[in-house]
Amino acid sequence: MTKKDLGLLILILVVGAVVAAINPRFLLPINLANTANLIGMFGISALGQAFVIMTGGIELSVGSVIALTGVLFVDLVANQNVPWPIALAIVLAMGVVIGLVHGLLITKLRLPPFVVTLCGLLIYRGLARFYTKDSTAGFGFGQKFPELEFITAGRSFGVPNSFIALIIIAVIMWVVLHRSIFGRHLYAVGKNEEAARYSGIRTGVVIIAAYVICQVLTVVSAIYFAMYTRSIAPSAHGNFYELYAIAAAVLGGFSLRGGEGSIIGALLGVVLLQELQNLVNLLGIPSSLNFAVMGTVILIGVIADQQLVRFRERRTNDRRQVAALPTAAGE
Amino acid sequence: MTSVAATAAQDLRQPFLSLAGIRKAYPGVVALSDFSMTVSPGEVIGLVGENGAGKSTLMKILGGVAAPDAGTITIDGVERSSLSVAESMKAGIAFVHQELNLFDNLDVAANIFIGREPRRGGFLNLVDNDRMHAMAAPLLQRLGAGFGPSTPLADLSLAQRQMVEIAKALSMNARLVILDEPTSSLPISETERLLETIEALRGEGIAVIFISHRLHEIQRAVGRVVVLRDGVLVGNLDRGEITHDRMVKLMIGRDLKAQIGTHEAKAGAVVLAAKGIRTEAYPHHELDISLRSGEILGLAGLVGAGRTELARVLFGIDAPLAGSITLNGAAVRLLSATQAIQRGVFLVPEDRKVAGVLLDLPIAENITLPNLGAHATGLLVSRRKEVVTAERERQRLSIRAPSVMTRTGSLSGGNQQKVVLAKWLAMSPKVMIFDEPTRGIDIGAKSEIYRLMRGLADNGVAVLMISSDMEEVIGVSDRIAVMHEGLISGTLDKKDFSQENILLLAVGRSIDPEATPMQGRME
Repeated sequence: MTKKDLGLLILILVVGAVVAAINPRFLLPINLANTANLIGMFGISALGQAFVIMTGGIELSVGSVIALTGVLFVDLVANQNVPWPIALAIVLAMGVVIGLVHGLLITKLRLPPFVVTLCGLLIYRGLARFYTKDSTAGFGFGQKFPELEFITAGRSFGVPNSFIALIIIAVIMWVVLHRSIFGRHLYAVGKNEEAARYSGIRTGVVIIAAYVICQVLTVVSAIYFAMYTRSIAPSAHGNFYELYAIAAAVLGGFSLRGGEGSIIGALLGVVLLQELQNLVNLLGIPSSLNFAVMGTVILIGVIADQQLVRFRERRTNDRRQVAALPTAAGE
Repeated sequence: MTSVAATAAQDLRQPFLSLAGIRKAYPGVVALSDFSMTVSPGEVIGLVGENGAGKSTLMKILGGVAAPDAGTITIDGVERSSLSVAESMKAGIAFVHQELNLFDNLDVAANIFIGREPRRGGFLNLVDNDRMHAMAAPLLQRLGAGFGPSTPLADLSLAQRQMVEIAKALSMNARLVILDEPTSSLPISETERLLETIEALRGEGIAVIFISHRLHEIQRAVGRVVVLRDGVLVGNLDRGEITHDRMVKLMIGRDLKAQIGTHEAKAGAVVLAAKGIRTEAYPHHELDISLRSGEILGLAGLVGAGRTELARVLFGIDAPLAGSITLNGAAVRLLSATQAIQRGVFLVPEDRKVAGVLLDLPIAENITLPNLGAHATGLLVSRRKEVVTAERERQRLSIRAPSVMTRTGSLSGGNQQKVVLAKWLAMSPKVMIFDEPTRGIDIGAKSEIYRLMRGLADNGVAVLMISSDMEEVIGVSDRIAVMHEGLISGTLDKKDFSQENILLLAVGRSIDPEATPMQGRME
């Protein structure tokens, strides 16, 4: 855990303590479980986003992919009577294909990630609305899929299974990012693609893999979101979710230039964001201010972080100068 | 070659700037001690010394960025203990740094007057373009620049850009222009132009301090050389006393020739042969080149001759437009650096910071980056194995760093270059390509790198060294190939090594008019 992660953790605890002091309902099991569920769902997509940001790219189509694969999954399971594991395999495959296409466009045609994924955002949203003819996709009354519902919306020992899924995925992704050869290559490509290429790293493959990982995790989170809401309005479902993921990664210490960040940081970023959402509800702040609160806190966080770095640099510089000029009279 | 050296006749004008007893210490190191020098109008002074000898500290003091701990700075008879940036500018001290502070998207005049543009239009505060161009023109004329004030900067060569920087200094009424490593990235023909510019400044009575690692340029251009070693003034050579060997001996306190060593190469079989290679740089020119085991082949030529493009093709970074490569007799296709590396073909690239090392990674991670598979258990990287390899290479190459986990960016240029080398030495190379391996590296580290290159060749590696440094090419190579516009214009054996021969071939002429011109094949 880096100093930055530790600071974030302390911030989370302090904000939590303050909220709990003002409104004790914060600590009620039902509230904690609800928040954990949201952390689980948003966390899975944020981890995916983190891999893309690590390459210095960005994935803006997340929300639209959540809507498209969500309506598709629900339609396959609820209306087309496709067994859910097969439906799951189909949407996961879709995620792989979308990630591959984005990655190939970015590496082979050298298009900017922002443009590619912005177009993706528009295309997949449009397809989702077209597929459902702009009507809400949902489960019929009395339709039951016990295993699926347990895995997605159920709980084990009072802990939402979505949260447990996040933890399992986070552990795997931690090993991938921080211990595996691929993870090291990813860091290298994010830091300096040219030098990575001259060191024999297949930079294109690494970048494409990051987009595929992102989309696969996005699809996983899409299933959780679909089973959580159980009915999906294709024009609104998942709107802005890419921005939540990006915000969480930035809060967690990722650099949008790439090559910097950790899984723990991204997780803490997600937790803080959801804590803020919860705070808005619990403290009676009008929910219309939701985004404004989030934006303000992220801005303050980033400013504080920057100032802290500068302060530290100045302090070390001052120390050096004092050591260097013990007798220096005023200039 | 036209001599643009300062005339031996010493200028008897009074010095306008003098430093006396200057001392500056940083924690753990005395950067300058008891340093004194004077600067007279129209004097061209060479300042040489290894990296860390105190040159930059001296520059900082003259620029008003650092205050000396002791000593005095006297300008026009006024004695001071330190300078501020404003005082330095007012005294007419101007710097032209290695990295130019110019704007590609503006024209020459706008660059000269950036931040000080003549205004018009009252409160609208518009730039008076006409006046600005009129003011810039005479400055350029004084320097003998062959371009006008409205030339876009993007159209200028590096030497011409340096001229723009110097014109900027003139526009601020500079009396002393300090050129910091101005020629380190200039091709030969451009260097001539810069030396002429220095001569023009001298003629106007403007003093020049010329800092360079390229001693033969110093030798030609200056009237006096000041040599620094470990913060101490170790030599003050007058025009007549300046010789290359003398400067080197003073700089490093020992003899360099002994360090490079004279060597009889025992060249073996051809390891890598490239035939009919055409690159993007010169799509219609084909070249053949072959690298032999145990031999250092120097590749000389002007900047832009296509040498780096050739290196990129041999290393698989770029695909050649045409041509074939054989490695140990078998045809290979190198479609990526990954494939080249798998076959033992390694490149130490020209731009260390962009392509050589990842500055933010620790030394160990840079060294193992191309070969993580050998430093892993399954798919997971083993820190222990990494550190073992890195530690071994650190000792073999004597990389000076507190530990192998030190951030590579915090090392000196020479040590960073050794990290690039360590990366490849850890992997048993068959072919090593060095592209400008010692650019911006001090003489001590240079000789270590030469030794390593020789060691590689002695172990049967085929070495290709691209270099624009004549002394280096002549001193280190066993054979020299010279490139001109995408062609190998000639190959020299050791007995024919000379600056003249290389230059002739580099500009596309043959060295012996009677012999058949040694042109490469042309389409």
